Amino acid sequence: MKKMLLLLSAALGWTLLPVLAFAGGASELVVVADTRVLTGMAKYFANLYNTNIVLFALWATVLTALYGCFLGFLMDFIMSRSGLDLTSRKIVEH
Amino acid sequence: MEFFYMYMPIAGVDVFWPGLVLIGFSVGVIGGFFGMGGAWMVTPGLNILGFPMAFAIGTDMAHIAGKSMISTIRHSKFGNVDYKLGLVMLAGTMVGIEIGAQLVMYLERLGIVGSVVRWVYVCFLALITFMVFYDYAKAVSNKKKGITGEHGTEGITWYKTLHKINIPPMMHFHRAGITCSAWLPILVSLLTGILAGFLGIGGGLLRMPALVYLIGSPTHVSVGTDLFEVMISGLYGAFTYSMKGRIELVAVFVMLTGAAIGAQIGTVATKYSKGYGIRVAFGIAVLCCMISIILKQYHFNAASAVLILSTIGLICLYICKIMFQGAAKELREKKQGQPS
Repeated sequence: MKKMLLLLSAALGWTLLPVLAFAGGASELVVVADTRVLTGMAKYFANLYNTNIVLFALWATVLTALYGCFLGFLMDFIMSRSGLDLTSRKIVEH
Repeated sequence: MEFFYMYMPIAGVDVFWPGLVLIGFSVGVIGGFFGMGGAWMVTPGLNILGFPMAFAIGTDMAHIAGKSMISTIRHSKFGNVDYKLGLVMLAGTMVGIEIGAQLVMYLERLGIVGSVVRWVYVCFLALITFMVFYDYAKAVSNKKKGITGEHGTEGITWYKTLHKINIPPMMHFHRAGITCSAWLPILVSLLTGILAGFLGIGGGLLRMPALVYLIGSPTHVSVGTDLFEVMISGLYGAFTYSMKGRIELVAVFVMLTGAAIGAQIGTVATKYSKGYGIRVAFGIAVLCCMISIILKQYHFNAASAVLILSTIGLICLYICKIMFQGAAKELREKKQGQPS
């Protein structure tokens, strides 16, 4: 598992490097989140979206990865209780 | 009814959240089974739910990254992910995507980008469909003749010829069970990367068959390894689209919740399916995707969306059937094998 996490972080770091170089690029359409109707976490992220898009992008990527990992391990825990053998399979093409 | 609608704080619209969960679930099932992101399935679904198109692609990308992570964890447990092969291919993929994007910008300057990209996409989908069904027909014929390989009967074996290229460094990929020149996966991923960047897609649709037919990885390992790559490129895409302000994080999380369940079904179903079962279902999905793009080209947008959504529904049901039948059989056999 440690090896997998190390591989993942190395690969992610490598792929994010060129993005950081292009971080200054502006898009044609400017969208502004309406923070007047929001509260709590939603307000924090909407404010971040309006004022600091780089930090927002970092949060979005990291949170997506963390939530994906969390769901992956949670489902793994649940599935391991199903009684199915989830560690081996036969490779048969036809 | 208000309960079924969720406010999207950045896009500023109310969206029917069970629809988002259902999209996540379906794409989780199909993506986990075929080893691809499935952006071509998500966008029409989001469109129908009334999701603002400006946010659709970025949201889609982030969801694909998270969903592929869930599927990769499961495939990894089965031993279906060749990380070494995935990382070697990642180099070619990233460079290829940049070259593809530059090609698009060149065509944009010429003012012919839209139609060229769409028709190139259609041609490649047609080629993949032909390859899959030709391969299947050849495998059936070989089986009748009694010709079998290490993992059963095979149809197309182009990879055997490509493995004869022995330009150093030679590499052994343990999970995939192949030894070849490192340049083979790098060049194949470069080509699929160029195409992916050019077509503006994640690339799973092209990489999965390339892994099978050109690199010679078994179907199950191709699915897992491709998902590992989709995960990395999805995170890269999520970051770039977030930088452009084109992401709705709440929708991503809602879709991921559905995808978490779907991805387990799709991934575990690969255990109960033969390689050619996956390949043929993949061929049908690609064929429907191709027809829907042709329909869209001629402005039959409703027909295109109906075709895509019904394909997703039917393939999803087929995969669920494989998974539940296989699981029930395994549990039954386990029970019978236990001493009373």
